[in-house]
Amino acid sequence: MKAVTFQSTGNVAVETVPDPRIINPRDSIIQIISTCICGSDLHMYDGYIPTMRQGDILGHEFMGIVVETGSEVTNLQVGDRVVVPFAISCGQCFYCKRGEYSLCDNSNPNAGAAEEMYGYSPAGLFGYSNLFGGYAGGQAEYVRVPFSDVGCFKIPETLTDDQAVLLTDIFPTGYMAAENCDIQPGDTVAVWGCGPVAQFAIRSAYLLGAEQVIAIDRLPERLQMAREGGAETLNYEEVDVIDALKEMTGGRGPDSVMDAVGLEAHGTGVGYLYDRVAQATRMETDRPTVLRQVIQACRKGGNVSIPGVYGGIVDKIPMGAAFNKGLTLKMGQTHVHRYLAPLTEHILRGDIDPSFVITHRVPLDQAPEMYKTFRDKEDGCIKVVLKP
Amino acid sequence: MAQSKADTASQASLQSDNVSVPHEEGIHVVRSITVDRPVEELYRFWHTPTYMPTVFKNVESVDVIGDNRLRWVIKLPTDQKVELQVEVYTDVLNEVISWRSLPASEMQMAASVRFRPAPPNRGTEVQLTLEFVPPGGALSKAFLRLFEEAPQQYVGQFLREFKQVMETGEKATIEGQTSGRESEVAQ
Repeated sequence: MKAVTFQSTGNVAVETVPDPRIINPRDSIIQIISTCICGSDLHMYDGYIPTMRQGDILGHEFMGIVVETGSEVTNLQVGDRVVVPFAISCGQCFYCKRGEYSLCDNSNPNAGAAEEMYGYSPAGLFGYSNLFGGYAGGQAEYVRVPFSDVGCFKIPETLTDDQAVLLTDIFPTGYMAAENCDIQPGDTVAVWGCGPVAQFAIRSAYLLGAEQVIAIDRLPERLQMAREGGAETLNYEEVDVIDALKEMTGGRGPDSVMDAVGLEAHGTGVGYLYDRVAQATRMETDRPTVLRQVIQACRKGGNVSIPGVYGGIVDKIPMGAAFNKGLTLKMGQTHVHRYLAPLTEHILRGDIDPSFVITHRVPLDQAPEMYKTFRDKEDGCIKVVLKP
Repeated sequence: MAQSKADTASQASLQSDNVSVPHEEGIHVVRSITVDRPVEELYRFWHTPTYMPTVFKNVESVDVIGDNRLRWVIKLPTDQKVELQVEVYTDVLNEVISWRSLPASEMQMAASVRFRPAPPNRGTEVQLTLEFVPPGGALSKAFLRLFEEAPQQYVGQFLREFKQVMETGEKATIEGQTSGRESEVAQ
């Protein structure tokens, strides 16, 4: 089959590799119909997730058709059209039973390495480096889905392939980020970054009852898409964001703030320059430019929600501001499984059509060019769907 | 082991005068894991000689050779094998099982597994203690490679795989999956 493989930093290739096969009794094999490039794929592409190996198959956003099931899989049939959450979850451990699927105790075969880095290992992830299990991803014609009895959700016929593939990660991720804001009537939510996750966070914040959403970025097409979702927007290259937010909220400050950018943040000023140098010299692995700003901008007693990905160590976090303002910080990989049913319901009711975010649909063969286009934010690129 | 005196509730030292690992010698590892299954199931696993080789890839076979006596064959990464004659010297139903090597063994080893209820709805805490003196000679290098010179991590992985099998019925693995590393030339 054809698959998108990691070669080296800044270099992915489409290669012909052997088809995947059933390894464990709860596995299934899926033929991919649609798969996306995620912003977090770029963290590997750019070399910030260090345990990638040459030849690893990328991709954790995919949907398709079941073509083979393992001997213990009784709830799926060959021919079922399914969507697959990016985290691999057993469904039977303490965490899965609590709905904390991305914290699954049993799905990371390389948990020892993750324990050394994080103390305890989170779930295995598709196509997301050796640290998260080294599982082959779904930017390919076929993929093996472990624990597929828990990890494959049958999709109603009325849901399109494009709508479904956005349920694998970014729509639920935006939604969980908004949930983590604990939105109360009258609340203002400020969202840093207007990438795909932020676009869903903006719309989810309104679904959850936000009075006002303010979105921050610098790219006109992303700010435009945020406005189409009902947000007011700020260009951080043009205004002092913290002052502007204060004015837009009558001096109160946003009730919740969201870092939808993560470890490769861009910014302005001394802090940003510090991070570029520190990251380049490996004094820190992640650039928390946005994280610092959201903490500073949040009102007293507010919520800081962090859907943007961090992988390692950050520096100079204004802990005093977070502490003395009594902020609540909530973060983590998304528990996609628990959002699939309710978000499918929102789509079927017509509350939201997630395919608005897709700007590029291309054959899988064009993945190498599209990684670059997406990374460099060229050609108005916000979300890429690859068709094997 | 099948004829053990597990049903007696008191902690019984079944046989007490054999050598295992001398005091303050060898490698000593203790690690715990919480498994979300009833203690009876977990105890049964460790108590049934044939179960161990189905989960632990370095345990080739466990055979009953007498009253409270077992033969363990450990497979090293070099395909060499270490044979141990082991006695079960403590066996308390749903609480603890202890083993130690008999003098005829190719290495000296003592191990125990203890079970304790976790707080309500958290399953069972399983603590594995392993002491051994690595065998000398040619086996020694292979044995150290088995533990990758990090016994804590090795035993940690051992316990994680035990937990995976007990909770999910299978071991999480990527062994056998395909990648671009064995790919044919791109066409």
